[in-house]
Amino acid sequence: MAELGNGKKQASPEEVHPRKAFGWAAKDKSGVLSPFAFSRRNTGADDVTIKILYCGICHSDLHTAKNEWSNAIYPMVPGHEIVGVVTEVGQNVQNFKVGEKVGVGCIVNSCLSCQNCNRDYENYCPRIILTYNSLDVDGTMTYGGYSNMVVVNQHFVIRFPENLPLDKGAPLLCAGITVYSPLKEHGLDVPGKHLGVVGLGGLGHVAVKFGKAFGMKVTVISTSLKKEKEAIERLGADAFLVSSNAEQMQAAMGTMDGIINTVSADHSIAPLAFLLKTHGKMIMVGAPEKPLQLPIFSLILGGKTLAGSCIGGIKATQEMIDFAAKNNITADIELIPISYLNEAMERLTKADVRYRFVIDIGNSLTEA
Amino acid sequence: MATGLSGGKGHWTRRRQRPLDAATVCVREKVSGESTQWWSHEEEWERRRSSGRQLTSAPARSMGRRKKDFPLKYFACSPNLTVTSSNEALASASKNERYMENGNIAAASPEEVRRSPAFGWAARDTSGVLSPFTFSRRKNGENDVTIKILYCGICHSDLHSVKNEWQNSVYPIVPGHEIVGVVTEVGGKVDRFKVGDHAGVGCMVNSCRSCHECTGHQENYCPGMILTYNSTDADGTVTYGGYSDSVVVEEHFAVRFPAGMPLDRGAPLLCAGITVYSPMKRFGFDVPGKHIGVVGLGGLGHVAVKFGKAFGAKVTVISTSPSKRQEAVERLGADAFLVSKDPDEMKAAWGTMDGIINTVSAAHEVTPLLSLLKTFGQMVMVGAPEKPLEIYAFPLLLGGKSIVGSAIGGMKETQEMIDFAAEHNVTADIELISMDYVNKAMERVAKADVRYRFVIDIGNTLSAA
Repeated sequence: MAELGNGKKQASPEEVHPRKAFGWAAKDKSGVLSPFAFSRRNTGADDVTIKILYCGICHSDLHTAKNEWSNAIYPMVPGHEIVGVVTEVGQNVQNFKVGEKVGVGCIVNSCLSCQNCNRDYENYCPRIILTYNSLDVDGTMTYGGYSNMVVVNQHFVIRFPENLPLDKGAPLLCAGITVYSPLKEHGLDVPGKHLGVVGLGGLGHVAVKFGKAFGMKVTVISTSLKKEKEAIERLGADAFLVSSNAEQMQAAMGTMDGIINTVSADHSIAPLAFLLKTHGKMIMVGAPEKPLQLPIFSLILGGKTLAGSCIGGIKATQEMIDFAAKNNITADIELIPISYLNEAMERLTKADVRYRFVIDIGNSLTEA
Repeated sequence: MATGLSGGKGHWTRRRQRPLDAATVCVREKVSGESTQWWSHEEEWERRRSSGRQLTSAPARSMGRRKKDFPLKYFACSPNLTVTSSNEALASASKNERYMENGNIAAASPEEVRRSPAFGWAARDTSGVLSPFTFSRRKNGENDVTIKILYCGICHSDLHSVKNEWQNSVYPIVPGHEIVGVVTEVGGKVDRFKVGDHAGVGCMVNSCRSCHECTGHQENYCPGMILTYNSTDADGTVTYGGYSDSVVVEEHFAVRFPAGMPLDRGAPLLCAGITVYSPMKRFGFDVPGKHIGVVGLGGLGHVAVKFGKAFGAKVTVISTSPSKRQEAVERLGADAFLVSKDPDEMKAAWGTMDGIINTVSAAHEVTPLLSLLKTFGQMVMVGAPEKPLEIYAFPLLLGGKSIVGSAIGGMKETQEMIDFAAEHNVTADIELISMDYVNKAMERVAKADVRYRFVIDIGNTLSAA
């Protein structure tokens, strides 16, 4: 029996919907995943059914599976960087055909009528429904992409252009839009401007690639000097700062139009604020657990901004995928079979991956 | 930090560093027995002159040579300007430079650069107690206006400075940057003022005038910006503020007061007014129908409410004290009032505000205030709490919200703000005081015991000692 947040019990995950599905789920806050049989709804009039080929592992999957955000409902099937092929469409669906390559990101539903939804900001809808660990409109749990199939309202499905590789494109559906959206919103997509990227992980490395594609000068700010060669030679960053090196940081003071901060670990942001020019903006896309300590003078002297951003709307996600396809932007991935999943999660806690694991669902996920 | 010994036993030169102002200033310190006394440059000159010693060199002064460990941590840098170059630009404008043997640039003596005697009240030490003080002002240059001061507002920053709370005070300090008076002299190149006009001076008296910020009318963000008091001016002299009988300022940094604008109630607008007006315009809080929150109902807060209403916005005051509700709603015209410590009141207002102006300088929690903002809402910080703010990241992320800092405003928008205030009858609520009440007034400012700004009636109550 699945225990819902409101205390009601309902039919088991295998029986609540008519179609059988399978995947890997976390059963408790150890976060260890194992094979899991459940069910999916039939293809509704507005729905698209997708056979999943690849799913990226996002750090949020780890946070949620281990109940680090205190909102986990078990059993949980994570995964919101889903790419696959359409196998069935509902009668109202005009924009997708069977056989097309498509993706699903972090959102599978929203109210579609509030002010935010109407302005294409479904990511800020107060009634947003996430791809996993959320209560869907019919009261059932949403299960994510560590599974063989998914059924999604067409509004939330992203078309993958022909030339975008499916495995390397999957992480863009979360990591990509999470950096692309605020860079566009805050005018940090203008050629010649100077962008700082804090943290070189799943989000950070994609931010470097987008920044270069926008024609910006990109400086990576990191705690480890080891990443310098990688950042400059492979990812194309123009410069690299070690945040603990006071001299380097001082020399770069007041040089950046914007900074995108992808770091989720607790860290000091005041030194980063001084890297900004007058009216510069620092955008938080990582969410450290402890509060940020910010001496207010670091914002007042220079009229600087500290902003937050959370994924992006569906229209922006499609735009981002099209832009990535056009500019050959993909994630750097390590493709793994589903059997490697728990080990990958452990490596992820140590940030031991360049830079995203992607599960080869199509070739390795079989019914238990 | 000692920079070397010079002179006789017990004398040494100490170099002080000033945030907000790239130039460093030397003051001399003499230790005699157990007591330590401080003199400014000016007073050192007086002592030397009156002692009859031959003046072969001025006290050593560095014009902003950047040392490796210069704590620029509070600096806002412009992309086109380094700290050093802005000071060289300023220094080269001075005709009174002399190079000393040790390579430092010496400023001219105060007598050479300042001709007119002036008097005011100054704080001599970190107790912040003010007392009569005689000094001098520069003679009126071709771009200058001289203003006989009639009124000067007491800003909370004055209190922070006289007590050295920002660790950058060089005594004696003559505070005051909400100055209003009448023009008594204009230089040959001045065209915006004539003798007899009413004019005001705010927080700035100079800037580099050539950087990206200055050319964009944002002199307040110029790295070489000179403050009205406690700063080193382009000629190497210390700036003294408006708790005095007169001020000489470049025309560019003076503000015209329209006829009919009350001088006493208008004075606080020169700091409090522009500090809230500038970000309210910049972030679109001036659009009719928007819902703006104002946190804190003091000197800045009450003016923000008045401007907000004049813009046609819906204004909600957020305060810790329920006692201010009636005042806020009935007298100042706020549309609503929230007690920040009342969770039910706050929750009912979640997600309702387009923007918030936060004027509070005391330590407080900002996370509950973020919840009041709509998606993409911005909270503008104009108050400066001493301790770092604690900001939880999630409330920023979930809603794409931001926290923005803002510091005073440029000269063009200060003039615009005064003209707008005159047109819409926006003035500060003041308590007019005599000069000799100033120390008592400072004590009351520390306790926020004023509705809402003290203004010193300089014209009628400041007399030479």
